[in-house]
Amino acid sequence: MGRYIIKRIGMAVVTIFAVATITFFVMNMVPGGPFMAEKAVSPQAQAALEAKFGLDKPLSEQYITYMKDLLHGDLGLSVKQRGRTVNQIIASKFPVSARVGGMAILLAVMTGVPLGSIAAYRRGKLADNIIIVFSTSGIAVPNFVTCTILMYIFSLKLGLLPTYGLTSWKHYVMPVAALALYPSSYIARLMRSSMLDVMGQDYMRTARAKGVSQMVSLFKHALRNAILPVVTYLGPLLAYTLTGSFIVEKIFTIPGLGSEFVGSITSRDYPLIMGTTIFLAALMVTMNVLVDIAYKLIDPRIKLK
Amino acid sequence: MAKLSFQLNADDFLPASASEKESLVVMRESVGFWKDGFRRLKRNKIAMVSLVVVILVLFISFVIPQFYPYTYEQQIRGSENLAPMQYSQTELTTMETGGKVFPHILGTDNLGRDYAIRVMMGSRVSLVVGIIASVLILFIGSLYGSIAGYFGGWVDLVMMRIVDMIYTVPDILIIILLSVAMDQPLKALAVKPGFQWIQVVGVNLISIFVVFALLYWVGMARIVRSQILILKEQEYVTAAKALGASSGRIIRKHLLKNCIGTLIVTTTLQIPSSIFTESFLSFLGLGVNAPMPSLGSLASAALNGMNSYPYRLFAPALAISLIILSFNLLGDGLRDAFDPKLKD
Repeated sequence: MGRYIIKRIGMAVVTIFAVATITFFVMNMVPGGPFMAEKAVSPQAQAALEAKFGLDKPLSEQYITYMKDLLHGDLGLSVKQRGRTVNQIIASKFPVSARVGGMAILLAVMTGVPLGSIAAYRRGKLADNIIIVFSTSGIAVPNFVTCTILMYIFSLKLGLLPTYGLTSWKHYVMPVAALALYPSSYIARLMRSSMLDVMGQDYMRTARAKGVSQMVSLFKHALRNAILPVVTYLGPLLAYTLTGSFIVEKIFTIPGLGSEFVGSITSRDYPLIMGTTIFLAALMVTMNVLVDIAYKLIDPRIKLK
Repeated sequence: MAKLSFQLNADDFLPASASEKESLVVMRESVGFWKDGFRRLKRNKIAMVSLVVVILVLFISFVIPQFYPYTYEQQIRGSENLAPMQYSQTELTTMETGGKVFPHILGTDNLGRDYAIRVMMGSRVSLVVGIIASVLILFIGSLYGSIAGYFGGWVDLVMMRIVDMIYTVPDILIIILLSVAMDQPLKALAVKPGFQWIQVVGVNLISIFVVFALLYWVGMARIVRSQILILKEQEYVTAAKALGASSGRIIRKHLLKNCIGTLIVTTTLQIPSSIFTESFLSFLGLGVNAPMPSLGSLASAALNGMNSYPYRLFAPALAISLIILSFNLLGDGLRDAFDPKLKD
C-alpha cells in the first residue's frame, strides 16, 4: 500500500511538473510575448515592462525563474490587473467557485445515487423508464444549453430567480442545478448498472435467505458495493465541474475563478492564464490521486500492485 | 489362412428419398459478423430511430444548404432581426409584384442573415469537427494501442506509462491554452503562400484538431490494447507467425480486423463527445472563425438577445442536444449489436 501511494504521488508530481512546463513553453510560443496585444506603448515603456516581468532574459533563464517561483508557490504578476498577483486573484476568486462547484458535486451525488438505485430496484417498471429517459437526455445536453434554458424559464418568464451575481441563496439555485445535471445523470446511469450487477450476486440471495429484510439487504449489502464505481467517478466529476464552471460562471456572471479564467483568455492576460491553468491542473491531479487511494482503501478486493 | 469377408447392404446405396434430402437442406444461410450485428441492430428500436435521426441530421446539414436560396454569410439589407416566417418591407413589395421570396423559417439575425441556414451550417461544422476528430483519434489510438499490446514487455510498460500521464492531464485546460497560444503563429502562417488553407479551415479549428490528436486518443489506445492482449494469444496469430507474417501484417490483417466491433463502437461514441468539446470551446469564443457559425457560437451570440429572440437560442440548443443524443443512443445500440462484451 505504501509503495502504491508513493508511486501515485510521484506520478502526480511529474504530471504537474509536465503541465507547468508545457504551459510555460506554449505561452512563450506567442510571438512578442505577453505584451503583444498592448497597443501604443513606447519602446522605453515596453523595455521597462519587459524588465519588470523578466522577459528581457533568455528563455531558459525565464523558465528556471518561473519554476523556482512556482516551487515557492508564487505564480507571478497579472499583466492586465495592475498591482495584483496571480496568487491574490486566485485566493479571492477560488472560494466562490469552490462553493458553487462543491454544492453541485454534492447535489449530483445526492440525486444520482438514489435515482440510479431506484431505477435498478424497479427495473423495467415505470420509475426505471422515467429515470432512464432523464439520465440519457441529461448526458446529451451541454451545460450552456441547460443554463440558458433555466435562465429563460425561471428568470425571464417566471421571474422567480435572479440572473446574475451571487448574493443570496436564490442566486445559487440555477448555477448549481445547471452544473449538477450532467454528473447527476451520469451517476444515475453508473449506479443503475452497478446496482443491477450487485443485485444478481450470490451473497444478495444468501442475505435474503438467512432472513434479512429487503430494505436492510439493499442498504447494507447492495448499496455499499454498488457505490464503488461512483467513487472512481469523483475524479472526473471534479474536472467536469471545474471546466463546467467556466461556462456557468460566464453565463450567470458569477465572480469566480472560472469567469476570471475566461476573462483572462479574452484579455490575453498570459501570466494569469498560466497561473490558473497550473493551479487547476494541480487541483485535478491531486484529487485524482486522493480518489484512487481512497478507492483502493475502500475496496479490499482490488489487488495492490 | 483366415479369410476376411464382408457383405454390403444394398439398401444403403439407394438414392435418398425426398424426406431424407429435406433434413440436410440448410435452413438458414450462415450468418457472418456484419449480418449478425445488423440483425441485432435492426431489432433495437431506439438505435434504429436514432440512426434515422442521424441520417436526417446529416442530410439537413450537408445536402439542403447546397440548394438553399440563402447562404450563411449573405446579409440581406432591410431584413435585420426578423421573426420566424416574417418578411421585410422590401420582400413584401417584391411578393406583391409577383416575385417569389423564400420564407425565413427561423427569421434573421441582427445582420440580416437567414437564421435557418446558419443553424444548418452550424450543425455541419459541429458534425465535421466531431467526425474528423474521431477519425484522428481512431487512427492514433488504435495504432498506439495495438503496438503496445502486441509487443508487450517493456515497450508496453513505457507506452502505457505515457498514456497514464496524458490521461491525468486536464485536457480542456490544455485545449484552451493551445488555442490561445496557436492563434497568433497560425494567423501569421496563414498569410504565407501555400498556407492559405489555414484561413479557410480556421485557426481555432486547427488547434482543436491538434489537441484532439495530441490528447484524446488515450482512451481509444487503452481499449484497443486490452483487446489486442486477448487476441494475440489466439491460435491464428501463432499460425500467422509460423507462416512468417511480419508483425505489421499481423496487427493490420488479423488483430485490428478482429477488434473492428470495438473500434466502430468507440469511434461512434467519440463523435458526440468531440462535438460536446467543440461546442464548449465555441461558446467560450475559441471555436470556429466568424462568419462561419457553429452551434456553440450561435448559442453564445444569442445569449444577449435572449429576452427578445429566444428562438435564436433554442434552435441551436435543440440541434446540438439532438445530435449528441442521437449519436449517443446509436453508439449504445451499435455496442449492443456488435460488441456485447463491452456493455457496462
